[in-house]
Amino acid sequence: MEWYPLLNSVRIALIAAGIVFFAGIGAAYWISHLPHFWKGVLDVLLTLPLVLPPTVVGYFLLCLLGPRRPLGIWIAKLGWTPVMHWSGAVVASAVVAFPLMYRTARGAFEAVDPSLRYAAQTLGLSNVYIFWRIIMPVAKNGIFAGTVLAFARALGEYGATSMIAGYIPGKTATISTTVYQLWRTGDNAGAMKWVLVNLALSMAVLLMVNWMENNRETYGEGG
Amino acid sequence: MGLSVKIRKSLPGFTLQAGFSIEKERLGLLGGSGSGKSMTLKCIAGVMRPDEGRIVLNGRVLFDSETGVDLPPQKRKVGYLFQHYALFPNMTVLQNIQCGMRTGKPKGNPEELLAKFYLSGLGDRYPRQLSGGQQQRTALARMLVSEPDLILMDEPFSALDTCLREEMEHMVSGLLQRFDGPALIVSHNRDEIYRLCSQIAIYQDGSSERIASREDIFSNPGTVAAAVLTGCRNVLPARMMEDGTLWVEGWGIRFRTGCEIQEGTDFVGVRAHYFHIAEQMGENVIPCHMEKIMDGPFEQIAYLRPVGGSERLCWKAEKSALESIKDRKIVHLFISPDAVMPLRSRNRI
Repeated sequence: MEWYPLLNSVRIALIAAGIVFFAGIGAAYWISHLPHFWKGVLDVLLTLPLVLPPTVVGYFLLCLLGPRRPLGIWIAKLGWTPVMHWSGAVVASAVVAFPLMYRTARGAFEAVDPSLRYAAQTLGLSNVYIFWRIIMPVAKNGIFAGTVLAFARALGEYGATSMIAGYIPGKTATISTTVYQLWRTGDNAGAMKWVLVNLALSMAVLLMVNWMENNRETYGEGG
Repeated sequence: MGLSVKIRKSLPGFTLQAGFSIEKERLGLLGGSGSGKSMTLKCIAGVMRPDEGRIVLNGRVLFDSETGVDLPPQKRKVGYLFQHYALFPNMTVLQNIQCGMRTGKPKGNPEELLAKFYLSGLGDRYPRQLSGGQQQRTALARMLVSEPDLILMDEPFSALDTCLREEMEHMVSGLLQRFDGPALIVSHNRDEIYRLCSQIAIYQDGSSERIASREDIFSNPGTVAAAVLTGCRNVLPARMMEDGTLWVEGWGIRFRTGCEIQEGTDFVGVRAHYFHIAEQMGENVIPCHMEKIMDGPFEQIAYLRPVGGSERLCWKAEKSALESIKDRKIVHLFISPDAVMPLRSRNRI
């Protein structure tokens, strides 16, 4: 059995979750301090990929990054051609998973008592210190939940991925596109194998989440 | 030296206008909820930006809308004690306190520092493992080690139960006395403010309407808002008469006052403690029917209805005084002219 789809899926999901982790936190923190109006506008724009069909997202991405589009031509000059390449799947997964991270992180930041930030500022602590040493630790449960959701979503991404990266065995094939391809070509047994792999992987992720939940630092809860 | 504040900030449906200036003394901001007291503190600390105005602390300009000065809160050297203390939940007591040390390096022995605030042995605990009093002492320690030029306290005791409240008030009072700088204390508890502060600013509808010594504010509140905030239970509309008396229709009485009645007086206030039993009618005596007595542990609150009026009168009386008149059909109450407080419903602009 060729293991490439598993490695490719995990690689894509990890990189996408990593990108989304920083982008989602940055956007969430920035937007949670904006005036009401801009908050509303940006919230709609950034949440759109969550409610749009993934194929529509894939279409938009092709319009942006396609080899004959201005942006696509420009990045091709820099040596990057995401279309029909596994890195395109990273882009697709990141865009689709982004709203999950962004929304969860924003909720977590907004739940942090603003007087913690005020108190830290009046004590002379720098804004960078306040963010990494106070806001992030206090909001970490929400951030963690958002990261896991984003990773899981990226792992299961199919629609946008299949449009931008397609299915090339050994090059762009992921678990989800492989299952579809095998089933479509009548290889039911092969599809079933990958379905089981996917199930095992998802359960492993969930078990890891549970384990981390039970072993997280609680800052003296119940002590 | 000292603090001078003159700021304005508009929000939808609310405008804050605060102006006062103090030396190294304790100013209490007394007002109802939503009157702009906490917002004033936030503007001074720099975590909220006023629309216009000027804030100067010990000669340092913290904020000036005309010259564009707006120091970040980190540079203002203002200590802020929050209502719920705002301790960092992810840090231990000692780490919280060390956050207050601007240079980052511990000054002196941490154990001695903890002992000074009665926190010995608690340095490794997290805030949620502490009692309310311990949390407040941690917050106080954290604020004081930052060596602020000004102390701001927002409802410092409201999150504590009655017993702890007195203990912490005692401690805070001592700390404030040793602190060499101005301090602002926000509260809606007039007794607390009276005990801790030398000056009081009355807040109403977003404006700091009057600043005076605590004795002045309590003996001569001047406005209806100040009278109510300082605990005056009897506040009624009144009319200035040509003979220099105040006609109070609600009680059906003409009051002679101790001081000259100022232009614009349209209300009168009488504190519930200041009624005395009179044996007969006379000047400033109100004949009343007893309506209801509310029992308290040490004193009683009696509600009476004046014979010639429609408004109730509230009298805080000793048990023995009430005992002595319990058989009387009509009770005559005398108010000394000095205890009659002429009030204005609006502040003079």
